[in-house]
This record gives sequence, C-alpha cells and structure tokens, in this order.
Amino acid sequence: MLLSARQICRSFGENQVLFDVDLDLQAGEVHALLGENGAGKSTLVKILAGYLRPTSGEVLLNGKQQHYRSSGEAEADGVVMIHQELALAEQLSAEENIFLGRELRRGPFLDRCAMREQSRAALAELETHVDPRARVKDLSTSDQQMVEIAKAITRDVRVLIMDEPTATLTENEVKVLFELIARLRQRGVAILYISHKLREIEQIADRVTVLRDGHLVDSGPMAGRSKEELARLMVGREIDEMYPPRTHLAADAPVVLEARDMVVPGAVKQASFTLRRGEVLGFGGIVGAGRTALIEAVLGLRGKSAGQVLRNGQPVLLKNLRDAVHQRIAYLTEDRKGKGLVLNMDLRSNVTLLNLRAHCHPLIDRRREEQAYQQAIQRFDIRLRTAARTAAELSGGNQQKLLLAKVMSIDPEVVIINEPTRGIDVGTKHQIYHFIHELTEAGCSVILISSEMGELIGLSHRVAVMCAGVLTGVLEGEQINEHEIMQYASGIKGVGVDEQRYG
Amino acid sequence: MSSVMANNKTTNKAANTTTRPKGFSIDLKTWGPFIALLVLALLGVLINPAFLGLDNLSNMLTRSAFIGIIAIGATFVITAGGLDLSVGAMAAFIAGVMIILMNSLVEQFGAGLTTVLLGVGASLLLGLCAGFINGMVTTKGKIEAFIVTLGTMGIYRSLVTYLADGGTLTLDWAVRDIYRPVYYGSFLGITIPVWVFLAVAVIGYILLNYTRFGRYCFAIGSNEKVAEYSAIHVDRIKTMTYMLQGVCVALATIIYVPRLGSASGATGVLWELEAIAAVIIGGTMLKGGHGRIWGTVVGAIMLTMIGNILNLTDAISNYLNGTVQGIIIIVAVYLQRASWRKTAP
Repeated sequence: MLLSARQICRSFGENQVLFDVDLDLQAGEVHALLGENGAGKSTLVKILAGYLRPTSGEVLLNGKQQHYRSSGEAEADGVVMIHQELALAEQLSAEENIFLGRELRRGPFLDRCAMREQSRAALAELETHVDPRARVKDLSTSDQQMVEIAKAITRDVRVLIMDEPTATLTENEVKVLFELIARLRQRGVAILYISHKLREIEQIADRVTVLRDGHLVDSGPMAGRSKEELARLMVGREIDEMYPPRTHLAADAPVVLEARDMVVPGAVKQASFTLRRGEVLGFGGIVGAGRTALIEAVLGLRGKSAGQVLRNGQPVLLKNLRDAVHQRIAYLTEDRKGKGLVLNMDLRSNVTLLNLRAHCHPLIDRRREEQAYQQAIQRFDIRLRTAARTAAELSGGNQQKLLLAKVMSIDPEVVIINEPTRGIDVGTKHQIYHFIHELTEAGCSVILISSEMGELIGLSHRVAVMCAGVLTGVLEGEQINEHEIMQYASGIKGVGVDEQRYG
Repeated sequence: MSSVMANNKTTNKAANTTTRPKGFSIDLKTWGPFIALLVLALLGVLINPAFLGLDNLSNMLTRSAFIGIIAIGATFVITAGGLDLSVGAMAAFIAGVMIILMNSLVEQFGAGLTTVLLGVGASLLLGLCAGFINGMVTTKGKIEAFIVTLGTMGIYRSLVTYLADGGTLTLDWAVRDIYRPVYYGSFLGITIPVWVFLAVAVIGYILLNYTRFGRYCFAIGSNEKVAEYSAIHVDRIKTMTYMLQGVCVALATIIYVPRLGSASGATGVLWELEAIAAVIIGGTMLKGGHGRIWGTVVGAIMLTMIGNILNLTDAISNYLNGTVQGIIIIVAVYLQRASWRKTAP
C-alpha cells in the first residue's frame, strides 16, 4: 500500500464534512474518487496532499504515519496534487511556473537552459505545442491545464492527485492525458483521479471509491461495477432518465431570436442562426471555436464589427447586457466564479443583483429581497448544508444553481446557457436538464452551448456546430449524432471552412 | 415551471438551515473601530479630564469634519475598487477658485448672501466636474485610478499655486463676516460642520446600503467582470463614485474656507492620505468590495482624536502625532485581517 488514509474525519467549525473515511492507493493503479459536489472529495484529497490537516485519523505513506504541515512537505515525499482551479502565476512563463519554488541553479544563479530543456521535454510528452517561454496569461485554459500537469510530472512524483483534470480540456487533449496517465501508471505512479464524468472513469480507472455526504459508501475494483450503479451510489437514489423528452415544437413556432452575419474580430466569421419559440438550439464545437464569442457578441458583451440581431422579427440594438435584459434574454456564463457570482458577497445579494431594480422603490426593500431569495432556494433546490454566508463557500453544484436563480430572476423568454454542467455532479446535472425541459414546456427558448456531446444530443432540437470561428452547419433530427457533430466541429464537413483555411 | 427542481429533492438532508456562524471574530470586524474609539477616548480622559470638556469635544468633532466628509466620499470610491489621490489638491483648488470668484463678485452683488451662495454653487459644480474628469479618464481611458488621480493631484496643486501666484489667496473681509457662521456658528449647541458631517454620513449610509448604486459599488469592487455580466453599467457607476467624491470634497471645502478665509499651495496637503487612512481604519477593504460608512466616520474622528490627546499631554511630544497615527492605522488593519483569516474556511 503506497498511500493510505485511515478513519479520516474533518470538520470546519461545527460542520463535519468527512466521517471515518478510509482510502488505499497502490503503486501503479488509477484510483477514481467519485461523489457529488459537496460529498467531501476535495477535502479528502487536500488532506492527503498536505493542504489540510485531518481533525482525526491518519495518513500513511508506505505504512509510515505522516503529519504534513504543508503541501510542500507532501510534495517532497512525492505526493503531488493538480488543482481544480489552476494555481499558476499568470505573469510568469510556462517554464518559470513549472519550476516555481524549486528552480534549478548553477551557483547562485538560475540555470535557465536546464529548466527550459526539462520543461520542453515535459510539454512534449504531453503532446502540446506550448512554448516554455510563453507567458501563462497568454495561454488558453486547456494549455494552462497542460502546464499544470507538466509541473507535476517534472517532479519525482509517486502519488499524483488529479482534481477534475479534464473539465477544461478538449476531446483530443483528454486522449493525450489518458495516454500519459497510462504511462505514469506503468512507471508505478499511483494516480488518484477525481471526476464527475463516469464515462472517463469507466475508461481508465482500476479501482473506485465513492463518497456521499462525507461517508464512504463503496470501494473496490472497477471491473464488475457499471456506470449506472456508480451513479446511483453517488446520488443515493435511482436516476431514471438522464435526459427528459424534448418539448414538441409546433410547426409554426415563431422565430424569437435571430442573428444575421455576425462578425467578431479575431473570433467569429459571418455566423447566422435562428431560434424558435420552445426550441433548444445546441451549440457544439471544440473549446475556442468561437461559440462563446458569437453569443456574447449577440448579447452586446463583446464588440462586433458587423451583424444584426432580431428579436421577434424586429431589429434590436443590444449595446450591453442591460439592453439584452430589457429584451428578456438571460445569459448564464460558463465562468461562474470569474463572471457569474460575486464570491465574497452574501447569497441573497447575489441572487438579486441582476434584477435589483425590482426590489427598489427607491430604496432597497430588504424584506422583499429576502423573500425573493427564499423562493429561489426553494425553486432551485439550493442546499445549504453548511452555514454558508458567501457564494465562495458553496459547492460547485450549488453555485451553479445560485447562478441559475440569479439569471432567472428577470423572468426571461430566451435563456442562453453556456456549459451548464461543467464540474457538476450527476444529481445536479439531472436537475438542470429537467429545468431546461421545463423552460421550453413553458414556452421559453433555450440556447445551449456545451462541450459535452451527450448533452447536445440528448437535449437539442437542432445543433449548430462551429469550427475555427465559422458556423459550419446546423444539424437536425437524425443528423444529431456524435459522429456527425465531430465531422462539422473539426471542419471536415460543412461550409466556409475551406475558403477560410486556404483563402 | 416552479416545481421540477424542488421535486427532485429526495435526499434533502437538513437543507436550508441558515444557522448564523457566531464567534468573536465577526464582532471584532463590525465593532472593532467603535471599540478602538472608545479605548482611545478612555485613554484621553485618563490623561487629562479636560478631554471630556464640551468645548474640547466640540472642537475635535468640528476639526474631524473636513477629513470625515472627504473620507465618506472616498469610501464609495474605494468600495468600488478605485482610489482618489487628488482630493487634497482638489480641495485647495476649489478653495482658491471659490475665493477668487467671491472676491470678484463683491463688486457686482456686494458682500451679501448672493455672493456666498454663488461661491458655494460654483464650488459644488467644480467638485462634480473634477470628479467626472477623474472617473471618465479612469474608466474610458482604462488607466489605473492611482495613476490618473496622481496626475490630477499634481495638476490641481500647481493650479492653485499658480492662481495664488505662489502666495496666499485671501477672502474679502466683508464676505468673510457673512460667511463666518458656516464654520463658527452652531445649531442646538452643535457646530455647523458637525451637522454637515452627520448629514453626509447618514446620506452616505443610506446610499451605500439601501440603494442599487451602493450595491453595485460592492459588486464592482469585488469583481468587475461579474458586475458587467450582471448587466451593471460598470463605467457609469465608477464615474459616479468619483463625482460623489468630488461633491464631498466641495462640501468639505465650503466649510473649510470660512475657517481661515484663505487658500494657498499648502492648503489640504496630505488630506488624501488622511482620508484613505480613515476609510481603512473603519474597516473598508482597500482592494474594494467591502465598505462601511460608520467605520469611516469613526476612523476620521479617531485620527483627529489622536492629535487632540497628544495636545493634552506632555508625555508624548506633539511632533509624534504622525507616529501614533501610523501605528494605529497598521494595528487597526492587522486586527481586521486577523479576523478575516479566522472566518475563512
């Protein structure tokens, strides 16, 4: 047994989040850690990696009890963690980040050549094109993730803990990452892999441990356990139908939103689409294909150099999000921590921030605000298991529900949802899918931007696919399948890509 | 459509229990400045019983009004994530222009109420414009507030020196007689500057805590991107905070001018730092996102009180005023940070 946790308990104040949890990691295995948001996964791995101390219980490395006082001590023992939220110094270069805190030196001076060589080698192993000298700030999120992984593998790593490593990666990058994991496993590295994506876990895990509400509910070999069984164990109930049935779309359903010939400098080249009443229009494509840029240009959040937006057939000028709100268009951003929620603000103020004027006459009516907040808690099933005062203290799934509550406070007719289930547990996903269904049943229209193929296929009436800033096609009916979407997303099929690529 | 999400909660364990986290740390954060003020006042009484004299207290509060009023404006700017270093120079500039204007109006309107009112109006307008310039250059030019207001600070400071031709601008004696009560007069036993201070504080409190403008200041100071994605006109709100700051500076200047009846290049030197210090002592975060008006009021009074106490004792030289203030600022912030750390999970 390489790394073991014995009867770990951990409390924050009066709130206990881990109850007598055991975990065993063997050399050369991929061990999946599963659980809903708030189940205590992150707390457990933080204890293993020395970021937190257990309230009681012990951590054993090679059978010897360890008392890590910091992550640095754990790393010195070869226990390295890759964070869910990237922990990189933005202004430093990739190589400087990779060797941050353990710079190679020649005498008193930095040995830049050696560090660059090793960084280059590590990045090459990950099959990325990242230049070691590139500033981290200028890299895409998935490239930053690769730097983070390179940082871990350049150490003499024995236990690698990965917290949701694929949340921001494209399909191809995920493939490369899995190959790398396989190589590390052969080298005898123990890998603790946290993910919500059961499909991935089925693919790579040797053993699996499931947590629910801070308790260990299952642990054992992956072989013989099905996805459905694991999902049930995580949630503690049956998940009958992952995707609700599609709302029937009337043949004469009017177009409620239309974008014509939108051009966003450096991101989108001439894209047009229509959205009908009661419809779910999916947007597929790889990260960076211009989907978010297109939508945010429609909403007035980004500048566009050409294009027209029509609402119910009438041309409208949306200069900023307030104009979009007046048109009863709501937007749920993909970056809930960076753009969605004021993390250090209390929950009530977050919910009412978008539609604060409804609670003003002219001073803010705190009582009505509180009522609206309580209703939102009920309606969106926001679970305040902990006495959370600020949005930062909520788990990812609850943050997403809080953001949903905020966005829905304007009572919109068109709801644009960007990556609604990124980093979210199965139970909450299920709820969000049903919520989308409910919206369309009530006559709202939904635009769904997602990198999860299953979501697009399971929910959309039509799927618009983008590739390198070009809207390559809009798929309907039978065309909506994984193979077809990939063809359009990679530019093999579709219009306009060739001229753009070779012209 | 209000049901599906709620229907799914089969395992809703102890949900919606909003137990408030209790603890000493929270109290310290809210009441810290008030406790510190009390301790300081107690110290004052022990050192010299004259401290509690009505004259002394009144005098002290009156003096703290200038910095206090400016600091209330600064609370908005800082809460919204900005900074205004130009307030001291702005005050001097406004005072200079006001004096020149009133002196020249004497010929036309005589040394009467009209002259003073026109001077006051001009002062408010000037403050509003100066704040507008700071705000527009910061938001539209996308330049850090520190740099913009450092620039305007230099500009206003040199302008007043230029207007005074390197010397001092003096208010016409006749006007001064009419204008005098604004600083020296009192109503119900409380001086006018203290009334103004109190009024500004109450309005500021309502504005910050009970209006959209205030809520938006918190949101912008915490995270501008989130504010933008919450359909808030970020640039407009930020510019408004600077304009509010300008009006506060103008108000402070209006009650300052009759005190000495003059303005020079040395007027209002270091007021910007005293104002920022008052804001910080009061528990507002310098990086924005969290602001408290009553804290600022207490901070401003504390700064004046330190000087006052040193005046009443021989134990510490009066020249060490800055040292004591400096120590108090650092200790105050340290205590607040320590309590932040405790409440964080």
